[in-house]
Amino acid sequence: MITLTHYLLLSGILFTIGLVGVITRRNVIMILLSLEILLNSANLAFVAFSRALGNLTGQLMVFFVMIVAAAEVTVGLAIAVVLVRQAGKTNADELRGLKW
Amino acid sequence: MGHPILFYGLAALLIAGALGVILARHPVYAVLNLVATLFALSGLFALLGAIFVAVIQVLVYAGAILVLFLFVVMLLDMAPEDLLRLRGGTLKWAGTLVGLVFLWQLTRAVRVFVLSPPTAPPGPPVAGTTAAVGRLLFTTYALPFEVASGLLLVGIIGAVVLAKKKL
Amino acid sequence: MVIAWVILFAPAAAALTIALLTRRSKPLSAGLGIGALGVGFLCAWKLLFFLLHRETGWVLQRGVSWIDLPGLNLEFGILLDPLSILMSLVVTGVGLIIFIYSVGYMAEDPGFTRYFCFLCLFASSMLGIVLANNFVTLFIFWELVGASSYLLIGYWYEDPKAAEAGKKAFLVNRIADFGFLLGILMLWSLSDLGGEGRTLNFLELAKRVPLLSAQGVVTPQLLGLIGGLLFCGVVGKSAQFPLHVWLPDAMEGPTPVSALIHAATMVAAGVYLLARVFFLFSAAPQLLQAVAVIGGFTACFAASLALVENDIKRVLAYSTLSQLGYMVMALGLGGIAAGMYHLTTHAFFKALLFLGAGCAIHAHHTNDIWQMGGLRRSMPVTFWTFLIATLALCGIWPLAGFFSKDEILTLAFTQNRLLWMVGTVTAGMTAFYMGRVFSVAFLGRSRFPHHVHEAPAFMTFPLIPLALLCAIAGFIGIPEFLRHQRGVHLEFNPTVALTSSLFAIGGLGLALSVYALGLGPAKSFSSAFGWLKVLLIRKFFVDEIYAWINRNVQQRIAILLSLFERYVIIGLLINGIAKVTGLTGSLLRRAQTGKVQGYALTFLLGLAILIYASWR
Repeated sequence: MITLTHYLLLSGILFTIGLVGVITRRNVIMILLSLEILLNSANLAFVAFSRALGNLTGQLMVFFVMIVAAAEVTVGLAIAVVLVRQAGKTNADELRGLKW
Repeated sequence: MGHPILFYGLAALLIAGALGVILARHPVYAVLNLVATLFALSGLFALLGAIFVAVIQVLVYAGAILVLFLFVVMLLDMAPEDLLRLRGGTLKWAGTLVGLVFLWQLTRAVRVFVLSPPTAPPGPPVAGTTAAVGRLLFTTYALPFEVASGLLLVGIIGAVVLAKKKL
Repeated sequence: MVIAWVILFAPAAAALTIALLTRRSKPLSAGLGIGALGVGFLCAWKLLFFLLHRETGWVLQRGVSWIDLPGLNLEFGILLDPLSILMSLVVTGVGLIIFIYSVGYMAEDPGFTRYFCFLCLFASSMLGIVLANNFVTLFIFWELVGASSYLLIGYWYEDPKAAEAGKKAFLVNRIADFGFLLGILMLWSLSDLGGEGRTLNFLELAKRVPLLSAQGVVTPQLLGLIGGLLFCGVVGKSAQFPLHVWLPDAMEGPTPVSALIHAATMVAAGVYLLARVFFLFSAAPQLLQAVAVIGGFTACFAASLALVENDIKRVLAYSTLSQLGYMVMALGLGGIAAGMYHLTTHAFFKALLFLGAGCAIHAHHTNDIWQMGGLRRSMPVTFWTFLIATLALCGIWPLAGFFSKDEILTLAFTQNRLLWMVGTVTAGMTAFYMGRVFSVAFLGRSRFPHHVHEAPAFMTFPLIPLALLCAIAGFIGIPEFLRHQRGVHLEFNPTVALTSSLFAIGGLGLALSVYALGLGPAKSFSSAFGWLKVLLIRKFFVDEIYAWINRNVQQRIAILLSLFERYVIIGLLINGIAKVTGLTGSLLRRAQTGKVQGYALTFLLGLAILIYASWR
């Protein structure tokens, strides 16, 4: 029997993978990509709960998450493009403006 | 909540794809892996009865957002990245380790959570059809819907402004 | 009783007014000072008569509570008894005379007003000491007197010798006052009787000390220790051996200052203190004996140093030291009245001697006796008053010094034959050196190249009342007045009187014959005892010994302590703590790498911990 737990665990694994990707990838664009995995894992959790509770709100949340993801990707990629154009680097290590 | 075989199959594809995203050398491979992941996810949504979401997942996410990614990757013409900074850096090991720890905690949390189920008894499974979702969207959640369109507008304007060479 | 406060505060108010308002005006400042002291003198007389007309209860006290906390109760008050009234009469009276003299002596000095301000400050502080009713008030004024002394010794501050002398006086007194303060604190901590709270009031302590020692709370050894510590203050202020070194150098100050402070009043404050706290000493006989011995030794020691001095003021300074030794010795032998009597007569004739010397110095512009001489015709008033004072000091009947010295010597005769012998021999030495000074500086022919004339009226006029006092002070019944409170009455002992007179006349005669008449092998005498003469001239090398101790012991300890302060306290503790903070900061700063992914890792870690903690 596939229960809610399975889906939640799956969502958790996906989330972890996404997080590790965010932390370990060097390229800025790849970091953004890993961010998408994170969002999608959240979507999975929402839909699983929506099915388990018999409530459509979860699916609506997914809808909105997708909208936000779209907007975020747009702006994020625009920033990345500008960054690469100006600094010439795509390496996240070299973008250290926040350092003391 | 669905066939075990379908579930496990789609789950395997999902995880494989996700791992592919974070481990791929070439950026284009990474994006393509993400596409596969999203397709698997869409399948899982359909398995759960959320057909509307499943479809727009493919249409919007895989179809638009990832295409955008692909465009940018090709535009920037990036070199194949070394696999998880093979040359060193504590960050990759620390990241993996902490990620595993996190996963472990998460599973514990999930188990504990499910052992104590939510108080409200689940209602009858409602199909996630377009009509049903649309009805909710335009009545109860109309405000967020409109605000979301505003958000999209801001995103567009932001992207345009950022990408211009001269204002 | 209000008058008592007036005596105390009038000079203080005058000092303040001079400092703030009348700096430019010489006559006003002098007038304020003389007026304040005159008012004080009249008030003291009034109090005297007030006291005399009371049948009983010749002790009055008034205090203002200064600090009133549980466990700490300090008051600021005045005690009136024969002792304090006598002292205030002496201070205001002799002070008044010296103030008037100063107008003439310091007339051309540019710092005239500053001088009078300091003088008034001193007068106020001295009166504070003699009128105080508890240790706190006394100590405050004690220190103030030390400060005024410093200011006045170093009055001509541009002269490095004067500045050095002022510092020396203050430092030596400070050392003594350290012991004094320790004694006061010890006394305070032990003075609690039956839960009534601790006190430093003299009358209270006089009541409690016998009870406390009966209870066993205060052992004789403890009393001896406290008394010894208090005696330290006396040794400093009254310049007993070994803290006598500041007094000869203090002669760098103006002569009226020397007369007032270093002859008549301030140095007598130590003797006064001994009289005040005698009730503490009476239970510790060994301490009293030590006190008497120190006094006797100082008397003899100082007299020996005076034999070879050529500076007229320094001779008088050593003479003061010697007479102070007599007073301390008297108190050590239990004769409070005798000691205070001698203090009073000494104030008269020593002040007169100093003022007369001042006139001579003013005329000759030098202190050296070998440049003076033959002043009988040219400075008659000075001559005759100085003569009277010299005879009084030597203890020639019927002048005042005879009676007071006789009291002391009689006391010594009955209690400690050795001290009596020392005292009598010292009397002989006293007569000799005073005779020497008088012969060289006043008799014979003038060695001064220019014409010498008598000092102005302001300076000669005050000499006369002092001379009168020297003559009659033996007959006005001072000891009886003092004995109204306590003391042993001694019978007149003809042996003592005769011996001391013989020694005195002998000394005078010897001096006259050697120096005035030119008889006697003065030169061969001094060459035969050449080594003794060197010893005396170098003051037994006491100053050199102190300088050596200071250089090698005290400075080294000070260097050690300063190193300790620099490296341990400042370097280790203060800078160290700062450095630790800085180090911690720079360590923690490494977390700010600027790499966003690192921050994300930290978030993740924190999140994991949170989930662990909340879902356990």
